[in-house]
Amino acid sequence: MQSMSALIAGFGLGSMYGLMALGFHVTYAVSGTVNFAQGSSMMLGAVLTFAFAQTLGWPMPLAVVLALALCALYGLVVEFMAVRPFASRGSNAWLIATVALGIVLDNLVLFTFGKEPRSLPSALAVSPLSLGGQGLGVYPLQVLIPLVGLALAAALHLAARRTRWGVAMLAVVQNRDAARLMGIPIKRVVALSFALSAVFAGIAGVLIAPLFNVNADMGTLFGLKAFAVAILGGIGSAWGVMAAGLLFGMLEAGITSTLGSGYTQILSFSLVIVALALRPNGLFGRAEVKKV
Amino acid sequence: MSRLARRTLLSSAIALAAAALSGTALAADTIKIGLVTALSGQSALAGEAISRGMQVAIDEVNAKGGLLGGRKLELVRRDDEANPAKGVVAARELIFKEKVAVLFGGLDTPVSMAIVPLANQEKVPFMGPWAAGTGITRNSGNPNFAFRVSAMDEIVDVAMLQYAQKNFKTAKPGLILVNNPWGESNEKGLKAALAAKGVAPAGVEKYEGNDLDMVPQLTRLKAAGADTLFLVGNVGPSAQVVKSLDRMGWKVPVVSHWGPAGGRFTELAGPNAREVHFVQTYSFFGKATPVRERVVKELMAKYPAIKGPDDITPAVGVANAYDATHLAALAIAAAGSTEGDAVRQGFYKIGRYEGLIKTYDKPFTPDNHDALGPNDYVWAQFIDNRIVPVEN
Repeated sequence: MQSMSALIAGFGLGSMYGLMALGFHVTYAVSGTVNFAQGSSMMLGAVLTFAFAQTLGWPMPLAVVLALALCALYGLVVEFMAVRPFASRGSNAWLIATVALGIVLDNLVLFTFGKEPRSLPSALAVSPLSLGGQGLGVYPLQVLIPLVGLALAAALHLAARRTRWGVAMLAVVQNRDAARLMGIPIKRVVALSFALSAVFAGIAGVLIAPLFNVNADMGTLFGLKAFAVAILGGIGSAWGVMAAGLLFGMLEAGITSTLGSGYTQILSFSLVIVALALRPNGLFGRAEVKKV
Repeated sequence: MSRLARRTLLSSAIALAAAALSGTALAADTIKIGLVTALSGQSALAGEAISRGMQVAIDEVNAKGGLLGGRKLELVRRDDEANPAKGVVAARELIFKEKVAVLFGGLDTPVSMAIVPLANQEKVPFMGPWAAGTGITRNSGNPNFAFRVSAMDEIVDVAMLQYAQKNFKTAKPGLILVNNPWGESNEKGLKAALAAKGVAPAGVEKYEGNDLDMVPQLTRLKAAGADTLFLVGNVGPSAQVVKSLDRMGWKVPVVSHWGPAGGRFTELAGPNAREVHFVQTYSFFGKATPVRERVVKELMAKYPAIKGPDDITPAVGVANAYDATHLAALAIAAAGSTEGDAVRQGFYKIGRYEGLIKTYDKPFTPDNHDALGPNDYVWAQFIDNRIVPVEN
């Protein structure tokens, strides 16, 4: 039972990493850039949901939809302010510009939302699940999270192949110049990918908020781990990053419950390095072919 | 140069010098008390509590005519963002530029540990109104300039074991500690306290400040047969421990350091928050004293957001800082100057002082720089949003 609950907890945590890592994947695939402050987008989703649902007392579905819409807007701002000006000139300064914008957002939230950690109640995180009278050690929400994560990865996969914008994205990934010649609005596709990326992070934030404490720096460590996961899975593969997320989450929970928490960070990140040394393009990634 | 011009020049030079002199005279008029603490970030509320406690005490001293023949006290604050490096930069500024007479620290042990060597080196008395790390006052400085009016880990750890043994008949406690210098300080203290009583711990588990699931750690402690948990961590992760226990359906007594007092513990941890018994140095809901009534009244008058004792949070920050500021003022008065070493020795000369937390009698000696001891601690729990003393 002990390993069972660790497994489920790790699965829930891992799908959260995966969801955030999907955000890295979406923009990287299309534009070769990412929002390094993905953790801030996650925090924004959680904080806005809290503000709408708790502070203003609006119904939860409305609060979530509105929060995610604003996350999308924030994604557009990131692209417009911190990525486009640099990427269009071939500079890599978007690396630090996105981090800077994330810090600005964290501090703005600190200023407006306040400094105290708060808690977002959820009906799915009140009484834990039990199996045959034995507590499983997880809330229903923790089972819902991986389901949502996998469903979103599947939706992304389908949307990329079945919708106009999805096909446009794929076209941009395959050949930027040809896509532009075919009349695909590249700038808008890239902007859209950033909006989508922020929405993924926002969903992770909304889902995790009832389990966690809502505050301005809740996303920092998550963003970092999600990036490790994205690289581990092979940032170019949607299924890859999702699978790597689940793997990483279960690895963490597994190490903690068997060897003890003192070893978790050391071992899990060491294993990431070993995995990357053996497969430099990630577990599920393919080497990028440079065409001359 | 004509004689007139020369005279004008001379007189303006004199005027300038006079202005400069009077300027320094004015500045020397106030005695600056420095404070380096977190004023932004997660712990900002705690920093604000320390500021309020200090300010009310300073206002009282000033209302009575100040110190050293009428010099007023002035509070100078700097933000350390809970970061030791930033804390040291701020402390240097307060020592060298503002020339503070006494430097107060904040709630983060790592920050205070970084500042104390500087205070010892520059011979500026350091006063800790919150951070409980044992090494802050028990440092290698000779002479030692660090004093404290707060709990101290090593003593808290002994008190935690005593309390648990008395109230929960603890025989095999499990330790669940935050993975930082504060957690380490208590790991050492708790192990020593357990060894002194011949008790073996069921296990020692650590968590990161940002972890959201402590089920794996707690499951290990449960499997090892822990009958009580000793918890050390700030309010956020402490709440995660309670929630994780809830998910596991494990009902076990939790005896905690004072982390839960730092925020909205009940909101964060849910209904089981009240099961956690934690140490405090003061509660505004304990025994009523004239000093308490006076301080509450002054706080309400000065800060409109404070409508009553409920709003004085975190209480320990306000209470410790209030008493610490008065004791520092007494030390300056006893020293008869603001010179660092004289003030340090002034602390040893303090006799009786009727404070908020207790009536102090010779609170500091060369061997003891901590004004509070185990008998001054109060055990408390959260009932709704109030920290109230546990009734045994």
